[in-house]
Amino acid sequence: MSGKRKVVIAGYGMAGARLAEEITARDPGGDRVGVTVVGAEPDHAYNRVLLSSVVAGTLGDDAVRLHSESWACLRGVDVRVATTVTGVDTATRTVSLHGPRGQEELGYDTLVLAQGSAPWIPPADGLVTEDGSPAEGVLPFRTLADCQAIVARARAGTPVAVLGGGLLGLEAARGLAGRGCRVSVIHPCEYIMERQLDRGAAEVLAGTLAGYGIEFRLGTTAAGYVPGDGVKLNDGSWVPADMVVVAAGVRPETALAERAGLRVDQGVVVDDWLRTSDPRIHAIGDCAQHPGTVAGLVQPAWEQATVLAELLTGADSGARYRGTAAVTRLKASGVDLAAFGDVTAEPGSADAEVLCLTDPARGRYAKLVLRDDRVAGAVLLGVPDAAATIAHHYIHRTPAPSDRLAFLLGRALPEEQVPASSPATMPGSTTVCSCNNVPKSRIVDAWRGGARTVGELAETTRATTGCGSCTSAVRGIASWLESTA
Amino acid sequence: MVDAAQPGTGDVPSTATPSHCSYCALQCAMHITADADGAGVTVAPRSFPTNGGGMCQKGWTAAEVLDAPARLTTPLVRRHGRLHEASWDEALTVVAGALRDIQAEHGPDAVGVFGGGGLTNEKCYLLGKFARVALRTSVIDYNGRFCMSSAAAAGNRAFGMDRGMPFPVTDLANADAILLVGANPADTMPPFVQHLSPAAGGGGLIVVDPRRTATAARASLHLQPAPGTDLALALGILHAAVTGDYVDEAYLADRTAGFDEAWRQAAAWWPERVEQVTGVAAADQRRVAALLGRARNAYVLTARGSEQHATGTDTVSAWINLALALGLPGRHGSGYGCLTGQGNGQGGREHGQKADQLPGYRPITDPAAREHVAGVWGIDSDSLPGPGPSAYELLDALGSETGPRALLVFGSNIAVSAPRAEHVTRRLAGLDFLAVADVVPSETAALADVVLPVTQWAEEDGTMTNLEGRVLLRRKAVDPPAGVRSDLDVLAGLASRLGQPAERFPADPEVVFDELRRASAGGFADYSGISYDRLRGGEQLHWPVPHAEHPGTPRPFLDGFAHPDGRARFVPVTHTGPAEVPDEEYPLVATTGRLLAQYQSGAQTRQVAELMAAQGEMFVEVHPDTARRFGLADGDVAEVTSRRGTTVAVVRCAPSIRPDTVFLPFHFPEQQRANLLTNPALDPTSRMPEFKVCAVQLNKQPSEPPAGTERAEQAPSTPDGSHDPELAAREVG
Repeated sequence: MSGKRKVVIAGYGMAGARLAEEITARDPGGDRVGVTVVGAEPDHAYNRVLLSSVVAGTLGDDAVRLHSESWACLRGVDVRVATTVTGVDTATRTVSLHGPRGQEELGYDTLVLAQGSAPWIPPADGLVTEDGSPAEGVLPFRTLADCQAIVARARAGTPVAVLGGGLLGLEAARGLAGRGCRVSVIHPCEYIMERQLDRGAAEVLAGTLAGYGIEFRLGTTAAGYVPGDGVKLNDGSWVPADMVVVAAGVRPETALAERAGLRVDQGVVVDDWLRTSDPRIHAIGDCAQHPGTVAGLVQPAWEQATVLAELLTGADSGARYRGTAAVTRLKASGVDLAAFGDVTAEPGSADAEVLCLTDPARGRYAKLVLRDDRVAGAVLLGVPDAAATIAHHYIHRTPAPSDRLAFLLGRALPEEQVPASSPATMPGSTTVCSCNNVPKSRIVDAWRGGARTVGELAETTRATTGCGSCTSAVRGIASWLESTA
Repeated sequence: MVDAAQPGTGDVPSTATPSHCSYCALQCAMHITADADGAGVTVAPRSFPTNGGGMCQKGWTAAEVLDAPARLTTPLVRRHGRLHEASWDEALTVVAGALRDIQAEHGPDAVGVFGGGGLTNEKCYLLGKFARVALRTSVIDYNGRFCMSSAAAAGNRAFGMDRGMPFPVTDLANADAILLVGANPADTMPPFVQHLSPAAGGGGLIVVDPRRTATAARASLHLQPAPGTDLALALGILHAAVTGDYVDEAYLADRTAGFDEAWRQAAAWWPERVEQVTGVAAADQRRVAALLGRARNAYVLTARGSEQHATGTDTVSAWINLALALGLPGRHGSGYGCLTGQGNGQGGREHGQKADQLPGYRPITDPAAREHVAGVWGIDSDSLPGPGPSAYELLDALGSETGPRALLVFGSNIAVSAPRAEHVTRRLAGLDFLAVADVVPSETAALADVVLPVTQWAEEDGTMTNLEGRVLLRRKAVDPPAGVRSDLDVLAGLASRLGQPAERFPADPEVVFDELRRASAGGFADYSGISYDRLRGGEQLHWPVPHAEHPGTPRPFLDGFAHPDGRARFVPVTHTGPAEVPDEEYPLVATTGRLLAQYQSGAQTRQVAELMAAQGEMFVEVHPDTARRFGLADGDVAEVTSRRGTTVAVVRCAPSIRPDTVFLPFHFPEQQRANLLTNPALDPTSRMPEFKVCAVQLNKQPSEPPAGTERAEQAPSTPDGSHDPELAAREVG
């Protein structure tokens, strides 16, 4: 046992669970690293990204679990659920735990903070009770338990107010609208998803979502909530609501780090080794703040987990985390939205090449920002295949294709109209039968040589004798020749 | 289907012999007719379920290889660095003597045997027996390891048995949706495409290929993932099948095991995440799930594009998992299948030329299997060697301290078809002794100490097992040229010189087949009920055929899968990506594949003038933007360079290819070998090399025209058919 690094992972969410997996994948026998994972929620880890699918009803609770009950046992990982880390003593390298087993101290060689973030509840009357917990009918959108509570209340016709028109709020709104709820989205900015979109895209998106019955109240905030009745807004208007879903943003969980004396800004500050200001303590995921990383997405958290696992197991001591080219994708049925990088540049911008197309009637908006022939950013709504291609170029920093219009629009750009090749206009060199490499000219020669039927032409040229799909083309050539004879 | 347009089918000369094509696994039925004076041989397609009376340009010209100017007709023995004509007795005695001497000094495993997926079942069987009984070496494997071993391994894991297509190809005609992954049959087995047409006509043909191939052009939906990311794509579509509620829960409960663990992997690959890895839109992944999920009848078919990766077995497993989740395999009218490539790609993996296998698709490590086969062979099972190294590992070890010092090659052109070909060529040159049996002077034969000229398809009887597990009789239609012998004859001649009793190595194919029947009895690939007489009588027999009255098994999984509990297994797999990814120095991905007018290493098809005229030039397919980026234009000669070598090829610009990818066909010799580039990173289960992905750079060739491009325009021999001493000179590395 001596010489084995004791790693305690504080947090059993997307980042913490992934780190445990990545470590055990590199050290399957547990020879180099002993892992303890501490999670505050009562359940084993689940996939938070898929919670909008749970709200939408396309996945059941069990389907989003990351680990089976036996996962930890099989991999020799010590998992403590329903347990909180109450303190860190950096001098003795000990954490204090509170859970079903009561109070406990645990030594570590390396501590990893993977505590994620907590929903921020706006300061409006009636949203929280005296003790600070959400009021009856007020549900944050963060945990599996939150989703279960939301789904339990969501019936056809139920009026729902969603606080926040960001990514999560819109995914929840779309899922609830799909369940037949009457959904209003209340958002303080002039347009939705302002962190990822420009105004043009946001307006097209809002139009599309309105088509699914979602109502928007923009540029205003909730003033107060009356349970079972509705939400009063600061602009004086009123939104009926039997349920308030709070998706107004998250705050990185930094309390523990602050108490431990670590450097904290918006989140726990880390370097390319994912080290905090105490080199024995690392932080990954939503609670960590790395320069050049967008918070709140899973991709950075998982990439950080991979790098940290390389370092902690010694599998690759040269591994570094240098940020993620994160792509935001809205997971909402009937809506296909991708946004990434710089989307604020406008057509005519001096330092960038900007292409933009707005097609609100069909719910399409495409904006592409290029610098030095590379994708610097894009918002792509309703052009899914182009979005996939452009995002791929953004992530891999590959040069953009010179046909910018085809790049921007993908399949939405109609293919070049090739006139239906009539036997008369088809060039003689055109291959008619690809299975046997037979050009039109050879069929014409055969016809002139006396072959008249498809069978006779086949006998002479072998055209149609492969897969047979050119039979009608050969017949057409024969008829044309007949008519010109 | 198109019989009305078929020449030859209504008017067959009485001298015509019904047989099958010499090339791919579709084994198109044909008539072979020898002219009365014996001067020429013609072929014509024949109505048959698999090819529907169709035949491609390779098939039509197949007979030209029979009398190719370069045809080998005399044994050659190397003396003083040059190959000289020799008598059969002399050549066989030299081979046997060399093998005996090397084994006496270095032990049985100092001699290796390398076979091919184009050999008949009889040859595969006798080659395996020859290795294990006459040579007592464990070192035998074959080129099928390079083409379908990943699908075989995945099929065995999932279904308990690997029969490429566990249904007749004609079943595909009734499908509403077909997902074709990494397969380009419009070029590689053109008449097969007719079976896809009904699905394509109904908007249900989905093709997954990084290139817009001739097959992809016919698809209703073409997905172009980045090379090496197919596994992620399969996970994304499985994810979409679950969220789209297309999973067949009753089927999962009744006929499968292990879905939950497979789902836990796929759960982490939601379509939007998969999109970032593959470049395939999440919306398209959902569309595929819906097309397959809503179809009354649907198929998932995979081929080399899925398999030829260092994660090929897992990739195929991922596609099988999708098929299982949708409840397709083992149902009439739906299923999963692997499109085998080589002519006898299916039979070649069943009868004992594989490193780990005995006839009947039996594991060589299974004591009962050893006992049974040893009984048929009349030897003690303890004297049977164990499993040997896989193809690339075998080749990589040649001539080394611990590896074989002599190698016998049958039906394979390793110097062109193996990955990291220059290294493999050097290893071949490092051998103490190399003997090659072939029809034409292949690039591998050119390195040999003894070259044995052998008969080919129309000159001998033999059975082939096609891509759907149907056993076919290829019949002798013409007399071979004077001076050549069959591979079976060669093995018999060597065995007797190695002291084996003559009856143990018969040279008559039917006698060998009857022994194969007994050896395969009770195995998965049970041929015991198949006979030449039944095949001559026109019976359509798919294995297993366990007794002489058995009608064959066209759809083996309808009542249950081959695992003891009858259930198919989900295998939990996840995406890790290719072994070599592009970087600043090697910024592009190279992928390799085949052309319509060429076949495998090109040893046969490069002999045919018409095929060379159609597609006789090595090229590299490049996106026009990419070409421009590297200072190249259409028609320029480029050097494509990986960490392992440089290939010379003419640039062919194609706007349809991904800008990050270049494509190279692998049929051409010398400096035009695509396999000079390829990465021998091996799949941990199947030991398949990663032919489909390696990182390359693209450069304009500095000055003079590429070595070998001129040669490509003609057959690689001197016009009078004599053996070019330069070609035969053993100067490599």
